[in-house]
Amino acid sequence: MIEVKDLTKQFGNHLAVDNISFTAEKGEILGFLGPNGAGKSTTMRMITGFFPSTSGTVIVGGSDILTQSIAARKKIGYLPENAPVYPDMTVSRYLDFCAEIRGFAGAAKTQRVGETLERCFLATVRHQAVNTLSKGYKQRVCFAQSILHDPEYLILDEPTDGLDPNQKHEVRLMIREMSATKAIIFSTHILDEVDTVCSRAIIIADGKVVADDTPDGLRRRSAFHGSVVLTVKGAASDGMQERIAELDGVASVSVVETDGDRMTLRIFPGDPALPVADRVIASVSQGGLGIASVFVEQGRLDDVFRDITIGK
Amino acid sequence: MLNGNFLRNIRIIMKREFAGYFGSPVAYVFIVIFLLLTGFFTFYISNFFEAGQADLKGFFQWHPWLFMFLVPAIAMRLWAEERRLGTIELLLTLPVTVTEVVLGKFLAAWCFIGIALALTFPLVLTVIYLGNPDLGVIFCAYLGSFLMAGTFLSVGSMTSAITRSQVVSFILAVVICLFLILAGFAPVTAVLSGWAPIWLVDLVSSTSVLSHFASIARGVLDVRDLLYYLSVMAFMIFVNGVILQNRESA
Repeated sequence: MIEVKDLTKQFGNHLAVDNISFTAEKGEILGFLGPNGAGKSTTMRMITGFFPSTSGTVIVGGSDILTQSIAARKKIGYLPENAPVYPDMTVSRYLDFCAEIRGFAGAAKTQRVGETLERCFLATVRHQAVNTLSKGYKQRVCFAQSILHDPEYLILDEPTDGLDPNQKHEVRLMIREMSATKAIIFSTHILDEVDTVCSRAIIIADGKVVADDTPDGLRRRSAFHGSVVLTVKGAASDGMQERIAELDGVASVSVVETDGDRMTLRIFPGDPALPVADRVIASVSQGGLGIASVFVEQGRLDDVFRDITIGK
Repeated sequence: MLNGNFLRNIRIIMKREFAGYFGSPVAYVFIVIFLLLTGFFTFYISNFFEAGQADLKGFFQWHPWLFMFLVPAIAMRLWAEERRLGTIELLLTLPVTVTEVVLGKFLAAWCFIGIALALTFPLVLTVIYLGNPDLGVIFCAYLGSFLMAGTFLSVGSMTSAITRSQVVSFILAVVICLFLILAGFAPVTAVLSGWAPIWLVDLVSSTSVLSHFASIARGVLDVRDLLYYLSVMAFMIFVNGVILQNRESA
């Protein structure tokens, strides 16, 4: 378990991280969200021991990153932002170095490096210098370095940044695959990623944790969560909107857009947990209008993200 | 700190650094330039052959001035480059201490300069062929030169940790090395001795690499000279570590 306790970082007058606390258990993939400059990277750098906190600390699997730094670092795999790797080294030499410094030697080292190369699809470029590789490969080399020693805790700072959609997909698969035995914290800008990968998400803004919830839980915070979006065909009568608004459980109705003889309405229920869609559909069909489409909105993470990070 | 992994980690970091030198043109450029310049100064400025003496005085006397520029050129990339590339973030989150990393990098660069210095061996063979040189003196001079290079390197490593700009690091290191040389340079001590008390003149000149180098190069291996070099190096490496430990950004 990674325990972040009252972590604070002050750069001169600027409070970059303000009293953050959270935990990440094994088996969990924790998405770390926030606008640029919110303190994501700073927090990750303190978790990995790159620089010390101003106050508060991080306990990584029982070892304090400040007082038992080496023991704590041994349990961590870290992929920094922009995936820095020595440009003049070849891929396998670089991984050899990482394996050696992590305590592997001889046959164990060769085997470990070989496995990691295969796993990250790097076997074909193993003898190439890093500066001859594309951005996607560089990212994978750095990713390989972070999982080389099979760490219990993985800290990934924007692991899919700059990758093409296929590569992003691969990295996400790898993260998901590894999550059973590890606690993974990864930061991202891409909210879809949170949905497809994370079991929990933390949103930070201005150095503070403003939300700590499952992706579904976050979505439930959306003003649109549980609302019914309905498009009706045929000359929409003026009375329809009022009729729907009077239905049981409907709080309000608004027109999203009118396009010729089509009209799209958004119906907000009084309680998002109680479905109103069937009643709305029944009412519309009774009125003799055709339904072009209908769906119940789950709420969009983008909206929630914007509300939470700008609203506060 | 002094556990079983201390030397092992230093060795692994040295190995990687060495691969870095010889994987890029830096190493070859440095060695070629160093050899060309020492050759030029020894034969054309010091007039090695015309001097008619079987010693290497004319060779070693230029070392402080050559190292003043060449060593900071090697040292400037030690940390500034890591910071610029961001690789420092991976390096310092590995399970190694700052001391191990600083020493590993320093020792790798020092060994590299040692290799460049060793490649001047044809000159030694030449004087042996031409006459009967005192090999003890030559050995001492090499040792002094190597220690002086280490001292300049420790200065350059420290200035490299201050900044992510290699140019700034280079200039700072050259200025500090220049001070370390000039403090014992005869014209400078002459200016001081006109008015300053004799102990002050001695104090200033004793901070100079030049006076310590001169005595070793004469073949006098004095503990005080060794102590001087080692303590300047230890101090600079210590400051280097403190700077890295207190860095607030990448």
